[in-house]
Amino acid sequence: MNARASTPPLDVERIRADFPILRRTVRGGKPLVYLDSAATSQKPASVIEALAGFYRTSNANIHRGIYELSEEASLLYEEARAKVARFIGAARAEEVVFVRNTTEAINLVARTWGATNLRAGDVVVTTILEHHSNIVPWYQLAAERGIVVRFVDIDAEGRLVLEELERLLRSEPVKLVAVTHVSNALGTINPVKEIARLAHEAGALVLVDGAQSVPHLPVNVRELGADFLAFSGHKMLGPFGIGVLWARYDLLTALPPLFGGGGMIRTVTTEGFTPGDIPARFEAGTPSVADAVALGAAIDYLEAIGMTAIRHHERALLDYALPRLEEIPGIRLFGPTGEDRAGVISFTLGEVHPHDVAAILDQHGVAVRAGHHCTQPLMRRLGVTATTRASFYLYNHEGDVDRLVEALEEARRVFGVEG
Amino acid sequence: MSDLYREHILDHYQNPRNYGTLENPDRSFEDSNPLCGDRIRIDLKLADDRIVDIRFSGRGCAISQASASILTEMVKGKSLEEVRRLSADDLLEELGVPISPARRKCALLSLKVLKAAAYGLNEWPT
Repeated sequence: MNARASTPPLDVERIRADFPILRRTVRGGKPLVYLDSAATSQKPASVIEALAGFYRTSNANIHRGIYELSEEASLLYEEARAKVARFIGAARAEEVVFVRNTTEAINLVARTWGATNLRAGDVVVTTILEHHSNIVPWYQLAAERGIVVRFVDIDAEGRLVLEELERLLRSEPVKLVAVTHVSNALGTINPVKEIARLAHEAGALVLVDGAQSVPHLPVNVRELGADFLAFSGHKMLGPFGIGVLWARYDLLTALPPLFGGGGMIRTVTTEGFTPGDIPARFEAGTPSVADAVALGAAIDYLEAIGMTAIRHHERALLDYALPRLEEIPGIRLFGPTGEDRAGVISFTLGEVHPHDVAAILDQHGVAVRAGHHCTQPLMRRLGVTATTRASFYLYNHEGDVDRLVEALEEARRVFGVEG
Repeated sequence: MSDLYREHILDHYQNPRNYGTLENPDRSFEDSNPLCGDRIRIDLKLADDRIVDIRFSGRGCAISQASASILTEMVKGKSLEEVRRLSADDLLEELGVPISPARRKCALLSLKVLKAAAYGLNEWPT
C-alpha cells in the first residue's frame, strides 16, 4: 500500500549544493528559506551553465543556417523538444510546441482549436480551482463567440465535485473540459484520468493545466488521456521564457497557425501562403532557443533524481509540516490532506492580512507568497480575500519547515493572534 | 524585531483613531486595492472648507489601516487646500517605517481616498 517506502529518500543536502542561490543570505544575513516554488523554482548550476554555455559556445539562429554553429544550435533545440516529449510520455516529438509559458499555451489552444471548433452556445467546463490563465481565455471566447463557460465546484476539503462535471457533461453541449492537474492555491491533485474518461465519453476534449504537476509528479499524457497539456519551464528548474503546449498529433495537425511570420510557412507567394508542418507552424519567429536548451538540462536533472522520488519527498515534507502548522493557534489550513495533495500549503492566520504575515516571514528570511494567487474565484469561494502560501520542491528540507513555523509564531505574537 | 511593524503602527492598527462613519458627511469616498483587498472609506464634515470631523472605516492589511488612522490625525482641523497639497512623502514620513515598493499602495490608499474626497469626487472619472 505504502508506495513511499519503496523509494529511497532524496539526498536533499546534496541537491541543495547544486543550487547556488540557496547559499545566499537575505534581510541582513539570514539564510534564504525559499518556499515559493509554486511561483517559480530555483535553478541548479547545470541549468544555469546550459543557458550560459549555449551563448558561449553554440549561439546561432536555428534552421536553414548552412554552417556548423547553426546546425549545432538547431540540433540542440530539437534535442530539447525530444527530451520534453519523452519526459511527458508524448507519442512523438512533433506534438511538443515551444511557447513562452503555460498562459501562452492555453491561449494558443483557445485561439486555434477554440476559434475553429467552438460556436455560440458551446460549453467549456472549467473549475473553481483554476488559475486565471485557465479562465480568462475562455471568457474572451465567450465575449467574442458566445460560448458558455461553466465551473465545477469543490467540496469542503477543496476536492472537485465530479458529480457536477458529470451533470454538465450529460445536460449541456460541452466541447472542452479545461482543468488544472494540481491546484496552485490549494495543492489539490485532481483526478485528471477520471475526468478525461468522463469527458471523452461525452465527446468532449480535455485540456490539462500542468503548470503545478509536471514539475512535481510523474506526468504521462497518454496515461492521463489528455488531449492538450500546458506547462512552464521556469517552475521545473528551467529558465523563464520557455513553456510547452503538448497536443495529440491528430489534433495539432488539424489546427491553423496563430501567428504568421518566419519559420511557420511552407511557401509564401504574392498570392498568399501555405502553413508549414507541426510544430513549426505554431512557432513563428525566432524561438527562445537557449531557454529551450536549458529546459532540456532541467529535465536531465529531474530525471536523474526521479519524478517519483521528488513526489515522495514533497509528500513527506507535507506530512512533516501539516501537524506542526496545525498546532499554531489561529491558523486555518486549506486543501485536502490525503494522497491527493501536492506540496502546497495555503493558510490564514487569525484575522491578520496575508501580506502582513508574509512581511513578518520575510524578515526571518522565509520567502512565501501572499495574495489571491491568480485564483480570485477560488478565494471568493473560500470566503477569503487572500491566503499566505508556502510551497515545496526537491531542495526544501525539514529545516525550512521549522523556520516557517518559528516565523509564524513570531507573526502570531506581533499581531496578538489567539487560538 | 520588526522594522515595519513598530509599536505605533501596531497600535494604530489595533486601536484605530477616528474609526467609523459620519452621519450626513459633507464628503465621502471609498476605494480599494483589488489585488490585496484593502478597502478604505473616509467621511468628512466640513466648516468653511476646513475638516472639523473625520472618520475612516475599512479593512485590510496593518499598513493600510494604520496609515488611514494616522492620516485622520494628521488632517483633522486642516483646510481642504492643505489636504490637496499633502504629498505621499508627507504621509510616508509620518508612518516612520520603511515601506517597500510592494507595500506602497497599501500605505497610500488612505491618502488617495482622502484626496478624492477633498476634491469632491463621488467616483473616479472614467
